[in-house]
Formats: sequence, C-alpha cells, structure tokens
Amino acid sequence: MTTILTPALTAYWDQPDSFTMEGYRRDGGYRALPKALAMSPDEVIATVKESVLRGRGGAGFPTGVKWGFLPKGDSKPHYLVVNADESEPGACKDIPTMMNNPQVLIEGIVIASYAIRANTAFIYVRGEVLQVVRRLQYAVAQAREAGFVGSNILGSGFDLDIIVHTGAGAYICGEETALLDSLEGKRGQPRLKPPFPAASGVYACPTNVNNVESIASVPWIIENGASDFASLGTEKSKGFGIFSLSGHVTTSGQYEAPLGTTLRELLGLAGGIRAGHRLKFWTPGGSSTPLFTEKQLDVPLDYESVAAAGSMLGTRSVQLFDETTCVVRVVLRWAEFYEHESCGKCTPCREGSYWVVQLLDDLEHGRGSEADLDKLLDICTNITGRAFCALGDSIEPSVKSSIAFFRDEYLEHLRNGGCPFDPAASTLFTLESAR
Amino acid sequence: MASLDELRSTLAADAAEIIGRYPQPRSALMPLLHLVQAEVGYVPEDGIRYVAEQLGLSEAYVAAVSSFYTMYKRGPVGEYHVGVCTNSLCAVMGGDAIFADLLEHLGVGNDETTPDGKVSLEHLECNAACDYAPVVMVNWEFFDNMTPQSARDLVDGLRTGAEVTPTRGAPRLCTWKQASRILAGFPDGQAAGGHTAGDPSLAGLRKAKEQGWTPDPPDSANGSNGGPR
Repeated sequence: MTTILTPALTAYWDQPDSFTMEGYRRDGGYRALPKALAMSPDEVIATVKESVLRGRGGAGFPTGVKWGFLPKGDSKPHYLVVNADESEPGACKDIPTMMNNPQVLIEGIVIASYAIRANTAFIYVRGEVLQVVRRLQYAVAQAREAGFVGSNILGSGFDLDIIVHTGAGAYICGEETALLDSLEGKRGQPRLKPPFPAASGVYACPTNVNNVESIASVPWIIENGASDFASLGTEKSKGFGIFSLSGHVTTSGQYEAPLGTTLRELLGLAGGIRAGHRLKFWTPGGSSTPLFTEKQLDVPLDYESVAAAGSMLGTRSVQLFDETTCVVRVVLRWAEFYEHESCGKCTPCREGSYWVVQLLDDLEHGRGSEADLDKLLDICTNITGRAFCALGDSIEPSVKSSIAFFRDEYLEHLRNGGCPFDPAASTLFTLESAR
Repeated sequence: MASLDELRSTLAADAAEIIGRYPQPRSALMPLLHLVQAEVGYVPEDGIRYVAEQLGLSEAYVAAVSSFYTMYKRGPVGEYHVGVCTNSLCAVMGGDAIFADLLEHLGVGNDETTPDGKVSLEHLECNAACDYAPVVMVNWEFFDNMTPQSARDLVDGLRTGAEVTPTRGAPRLCTWKQASRILAGFPDGQAAGGHTAGDPSLAGLRKAKEQGWTPDPPDSANGSNGGPR
C-alpha cells in the first residue's frame, strides 16, 4: 500500500518524555542545529527556499522567501516572532505540537533566528492553554541549560534569547500585525501594510513572523535536506503537514501526511464518519474556509487543488459534520465567533459581523423571510475585501457556501417555524446515558 | 482586595523581573496584568494604576488594553473558572448540552460565580482541542471528551475540594490565581508532570506505525524513522 501518512513532527509523540530535552535528543533532536550553524545564514535561507516550505499558518507563503525579505547589513536589531496564537475554530495542530514536542520548535527557532540574524525571538502563545505555556517555559529553560539558547551557541558566536509571551484571549492576535501590537503592550489591532513586518515589525525593527508548524518543520529540512522535503507533496505544495480531523469521525485526531492527500484517504485511516451516519459537510481549513460536501472527498488537499475546488487549504483543520447537523446552527456559531473576536477597528467587520449574526439567528429560529438570504449575501459581499484585515474576510465563506449547498435547509427553517434538527442527535454522547 | 500600596510592596521584585525580560518595557504590560490577577484574582482599578505606574503609561491607556482582552477580569471569578467551549464544533458534539446542564446544576448565569466563591462558569470560544470535543477548561487546563454527567461530577468535585486532575495537564490543578502567575511567566514546576498526548494526538502516528510509513523517500540513505522531530 502506498504511503499515506508521514509522521515527522508527530513521530515521537507516543514517548512519555517526548516533551523533554532528553527525549528529544534521544530521538535525533538537535542534530540539525550544528549543521545550520556551520552554514552561512544565507545558505540556511537558500535551503529553506529550496524545500519550498510554505507557511503552515494558513496563508501558504513560502517561508524561505519571507525570511529573505529582511534587510541585510542594517544597524537595527532583527526579531523572530513565532505565532503560537492558534485559535481558529477547527485548528488544533500547534497546541499538541507544543505540548508534546516543544523542543523541535525551539530548535527551529534557533535555526531561523540565525538565518534572519535575530538575537531575540518571541513565542507569542495564546494564554488559555496552561500546560502548553508551562511546557514552553520548561523547554526554553532546558535549551538554555544545554547551551542551545544563550550566548555563543555551540561555539558559533551566535547569541539568542527566547521569550515566551502569553496572550490573554484575543483571536485577532493571530493576525501578524495585531500580534506585534499586542507584543508591544497595545490593544491587539492590525496595522496598515505596508510597511510589512520584514521592514518594520516589533519595535519598528525588521521582524519575521512565522507559524509554529512552519518553524518546527525547519530542523527536519536542514537534517534531511531540502530535496527530501520537496520530494513529498504536490508540484507546488511540497512536504508534509498535520491534518487535524475533528467532529463526527470515528477516530478524530492528528494525521501528518504529504500535502495533496485527499479526505477520502484520511477518512479511510480514521475509520470513516461515525457508525451509522454519513458525511454532510466539512471545512478543509477551518471556519474561515468555504464548506465542502461529499462531492469534494477526492480533492487533493494542497493549496492549488483546494482553491480550484472553491475553498482554501488554510490550516488543514478538517471539521466533519454528519447528516444530523444543522448547517445554519454551525454557520451562526462561527459568525458569533467572528462578531465576538472582531477588534472593532474597521466598520465593515465590526458592524457587518453584528448584522450577519442577527440575520442568521433569525433564520435559525424560523424568523424572517427568504429575502433575508439575499440580504445576508449582500452584507457579506460588503465585508469581504473591505475589511481592514483577514478576520473580516473570514465571515463570508461559510455563509455563502452553506447557502449555495443548503439553501433549502435554510428555507426549511422558515417553513418549519424553527430549526428542524434535534440537537441531541448530533452529540457524541447519548443524553439519556450521560445523565 | 490589595491596595495600591500593598501591590507596590508585594509585587516589586516580580514586576522588575518581568520588565527586565523585554527589550522595551511596554511589552511587559500583558504579563504585568496577569501578575496583578495572580495577586488579586482580577484587575481592579488599583491594579490598573499599579501597572501604569510601573511602565510610565496613563491609567486610561492601561485600562484600554486590559479591557480589550477577555482573560483579564474586571471582577472576582471563582477559585476554579470553568469554561465550556460552545463554538460550532464543540457545541454540536455536545458543548451546548453541557453548558445548559451546568447553568442549571450550578444555578448561575454565564460569567457568574457560585455563592461559595468556588466555581465560576463561562462559555468559551475555540481552545484548539477540537479533536477532543466536547472540551471543558478549568483554569485553562484541558478536560477532554466531556459529557453532561462528567462535567457535573467535575464541578461537584471542585466545590467539595475533591482531587481533580485534568485530562491533559498538570497532575495538580491550580487555582485561578496560581494559573495567572504561570501566565505571568513564573513556572510552578509542573511542566514535566501529567499526561502528554491523548489518543487523538496519536491517531495518525499509530496508523503510520502499523503500516511502517515514514517521511523518508524510498531511496533514503539515512533510514531514520523521521529524522529529527
């Protein structure tokens, strides 16, 4: 049988001490760092470019190219900032990565900082995950003791300090410029671009912001070579990535596979949709990506194919819902999320999300009329592309795709005078036995 | 509640350490607010004044930042702050039923605390553990795959002082104030304890091991099973 899964970042999570320095080194950790330090910073950047690693935080921008945007030979300090603010509904890959193997992130940070000539790196981790915060603090302390962080790392003359910075509950801080403002002790609101962080990031200095999984993939690339990484995946979407399956699936969880793997293949390994039920709709990349249905089971999950099929690969956050689920309820709850998390800076997002929630709430409860569907789409059209940042643009996709696929289900709510679904049928427990 | 003078004397050393971590002092604003919560349990007006004074900022500025972030509380919460995820996926998988059940069982509303001060209840947005849905958090520790009954047992245990252990987290559940201190950057020594990966985190790895699958190309010379992780 052909290889479907390629555990690299997840390869040792089953070891009881996988989160420690001892466990990480036993399993081959910190072999990439001396190799990288023996190269010039530009050679490290070239290797990451050659691997065609693309940003794993959703946007898919080539990581090595991004690193190359930082100025060289300037007098300002450079900074590396790791975006560990994983909060998009459905996204749940970075949190287990940091919980189970924080050292691979630390090794990646040291290599990336060396490449972009940064002597200070920040890990901006969301605050609502206490054990992950502890593990990161522990990992930095262990790496410092071992001489992988601090001054003159492995005798290379390279110095690096890593600061673990915890957020305080704001999804918008996953947007890289809002994150930088937050890191500077401000309200987390996005900045106007340009200037981009590579020119003017934290403290108005050249800054590179990368997702956890992007940085954690770097040691593997340095150790095994860019060509080994690029040999996996599809023509333009290279390498492996973690696919997170959640919801009405028999075995939910993390499946690390080459980009371009299909949901049909992943579901085959995950035992399919829960027994006695069938797939109704799913998100390929989290709540901000247009819904797919059974018809897209064979779409290769890479950036190009998912986009060609009308959605986005995003963070490979595959949320699966079976036929017991009311799509209006799901979309309403995501809209409420965006309304709650809208930072308030721009009007389309702040006001638009509020109106979208009201209309969806009416529809879910059987109020309103068919004309409200058009009004909803019209409001969405006036948010997308007009909002200050991508948070506003995230409201429309699930609304629009759900109406396209399930228009009659919306109308059924109106005919029925309320939601026709029994929420108890969707739960993963039977309510009687749970009481 | 601690007064401004008490905050000044109690927090001096910790505040100096936090400010010293950063290239520029204002970056210490968020951890200082976590530190105030570790002392007081929430961010009172004197806490705002204290942080403003430490960083040479106006009180209005610090209040504006503090009120932006939901984890900073403006009034007391329970010793154990219970959050139920009711974002779409957890809600559908059972989070809505769990939250409704806990509201009734505890006799409190959203963002309210039981009269004994032990438990406060709040519905949460996604906490990045969708593969463990439905998820409940207590003081930001994970309680996975919950049911209405297990959630009820959990809050009963918290109120009676029974030993409560997170599904994936520290072996000893912290109080709200202790948790805030860790968020301010002062570890409690529990990083190495407790369970690590649950079944969902290992689902793909187990399948790959059954099949002998690795990321190495077929002609790979190093033959490692994954190289550095």
